[in-house]
Amino acid sequence: MEPLHEKKLIHLEEVANHVREGIIDMLFEAGSGHSAGPLGMADIFTAMYFHVLNHNPKKPNWSERDRLVLSNGHICPVQYVVMAYAGYFPVSELKTLRKLNTRLQGHPHRGSLPGIEITSGPLGSGLSQAIGMALAAKLDKKKNRIYCMLSDGEHEEGNLWEAVMFAGKNKLSNLTAIIDRNNIQIDGNTENVMPLESLRDKYESFRWNVLEVDGHNIERFVGAVFEAMATYEKPTVIIAHTIPGKGVDFMERDYRWHGKPPNKEEAKEALSELRTLGNRIKSEHE
Amino acid sequence: MINAKTKLNPKLFDADVEKLPIRNGFGEGVLIAGETDPNVVVLCADLTESTRSDGFAKKFPERFFEVGVAEQNMATIAAGLGVSGKIPFIASYATFSPGRNWEQIRTTISYNDSNVKIAGHHAGISVGPDGATHQAVEDIATMRVMANMKVIVPCDAIEARKATVAAAKIWGPVYLRYAREGTPIVTTNETKFIPGKAEIFWESKKPEVTIIACGTLVRSALLAAKQLEKEKIGVIVVNNHTIKPLDEKLILEVAKKTGAIVTAEEHQIAGGLGSTIAELLAKHNPTPQEFVGLQGVFGESGKPEELMEKYGMSVKDIVRAVHIVLKRKK
Repeated sequence: MEPLHEKKLIHLEEVANHVREGIIDMLFEAGSGHSAGPLGMADIFTAMYFHVLNHNPKKPNWSERDRLVLSNGHICPVQYVVMAYAGYFPVSELKTLRKLNTRLQGHPHRGSLPGIEITSGPLGSGLSQAIGMALAAKLDKKKNRIYCMLSDGEHEEGNLWEAVMFAGKNKLSNLTAIIDRNNIQIDGNTENVMPLESLRDKYESFRWNVLEVDGHNIERFVGAVFEAMATYEKPTVIIAHTIPGKGVDFMERDYRWHGKPPNKEEAKEALSELRTLGNRIKSEHE
Repeated sequence: MINAKTKLNPKLFDADVEKLPIRNGFGEGVLIAGETDPNVVVLCADLTESTRSDGFAKKFPERFFEVGVAEQNMATIAAGLGVSGKIPFIASYATFSPGRNWEQIRTTISYNDSNVKIAGHHAGISVGPDGATHQAVEDIATMRVMANMKVIVPCDAIEARKATVAAAKIWGPVYLRYAREGTPIVTTNETKFIPGKAEIFWESKKPEVTIIACGTLVRSALLAAKQLEKEKIGVIVVNNHTIKPLDEKLILEVAKKTGAIVTAEEHQIAGGLGSTIAELLAKHNPTPQEFVGLQGVFGESGKPEELMEKYGMSVKDIVRAVHIVLKRKK
C-alpha cells in the first residue's frame, strides 16, 4: 500500500460520495435491503478497494490478493457499488440487486459474483472464516493480508468471540478486523439491546491490538491500517466509529433506517442531498 | 450366503471376532491423507485423543489446529481454510459437530461449497454410558438435507479408514459418521470401497427381501441373514455406506429383484437411511419397506448391546422386520 497523498485523499472522498449515490439508486431499484449500514461504511469501503487492498478486479482469483471478508453481509450494497466502480463487473448490473437470476444476491454469495470471498448474512461467522484464510496464508508463507469487516451488533454472537479468542491465541498478525461501530441494530441502539462496551477492553483482554478511528476520516483510517501492518505479534482490530446513514440527513443516526430502503420521494431527496454535497453546490442540480 | 467377491472378514460371524472402534479408522485414514496431500489439515475441539486426531497432531503439528471447546468456530475456520486451497477435516462428537454448528456448516461450508470434511464421532446410541446428550441420532438427516453435502457412514474401522482417505480426494463438503465403541470387523483391506457405490455383502440363491444397512448395523444385517437362511428365507444384504449420493441403480435393482425392503440404521428412522431409500422407491418403484432404527425417541445410558436391544436395533429386530415386510409383500 502506498502512502495516501492529499490529491488521492480528495479523490477518494469524491468517490465515496458517488458510492453513496449508487447505494441509494440500487436500494430504491431493489425495493428492499438495508440503507444505514452501507451509507455509513461508504468511506471505509472506498478506501479499501481504491487504496488499501492489493487486488486486481480483472483477476479476482489471483492467489496473492488481499482478502476482504464481509461478515455482516447485509451491508453488501456498499461492497457491490464499490466493486462495480473498481471494475469487478459492469456498473449497470447494480440495478439487478435482489432480483431473479442476479449475481448480486440479497446477501453476498461466494461463487455468484467474482471477488466475493465468502457467503455471509448469518452474523458472527465471518471472522472465523477470515481466520481460516489467515491460517492458510501463513501455512503457504504468503504475504497477503486478510481484512474482515464486522458490524457492532454481531458481537452479540458467541461464534464471534470464539474467533476473537482463537486469533489472539494464534497471534494472527496478517489479520485485521474492522468494526463498523455505528451503535445501531435492528431492534434499536446496541447499548440498549445488549451493551457491547467496552469493545476496546474486551479485544485487548483477548490479546488484540486495538485502534479507534473516525470511520469517515479516510486519512485516519488508512493510517490505522498502516499501523496494523506494522504490528507483528497480534491481530489488529480497528474500531471505526461511523454515523449510520451518513450523508443523508434524514437517515443519519436513526436505527429505523437499518433494515429498509428509501421510497421514491426519499430516494429523490437523498440523491439531491448527496449530489449537492448537502446544498453546498445547489445550482447545477436544481 | 456371503458374496465372496467382497472378501469380507471370514471371522465376522464368530463370537470372538476382532472389535475396533470405528474412530480408529479416522485416525489412520487422516494420517494417510495427510501424508499423501500436504494441503490436508485437521481441526479439533478439545477431543484430540478421543477422536483419534492425536496421530496427525503429532506428525503434522503445524497443520493441526486446536480450537478449544468451540465447534462453531471450528466449522467456520475450516470454511475459510477450505476456500483457500486447504482440505480441512474437523473432528468432534457428532452431537456437537454437525449438531451445534449446523447453521455454520450450512452457510459457510455447504452453501460456500468449501472443501471441508466433517468427522462426526460418537454417532448413534452405542456411545452407551454417556447417555442421550452424547448420542447423535439425527446427524444423517441434518447433513443429507443440505445441498452440496455428501454423507458417508462406514461399517467398521477398516471401511472408516478407506472412507476418510477417499473423502480427502472428493471435492467439496463431506460428512463422515463414525461410531465410538469397539465394532466388529466386517470387511478386510481387500474389500472394495468406492464412495457412492453400495455393495451386496450377502445374496441368497432365491432372495425374497433386501436388507439395506449402514454403519454398525451392517454386521447385524448379515447375522440376521444367516438366521433367516435357517428359516429358508432368501435375503440380499446391501452395505449402503454412502447415503448421499445414493447408489440409485443398485437400490432399484435389488428392490425390483426382491420386492421387499428392510432398512437398518443406528439413527432416527425419520430422515436417515430408511427415508433416503423410501424417497427413491416411492418415485420409481413403490416397495413395501420396514424401518429398523430409533423410533422417534431419545436414547439413555447403558451398555451398547443393552441399548440396541431396548431401542429395537438388534439382530432380532431386523429378523422381525423381515417377517413383517414379507407379510406385506403381495
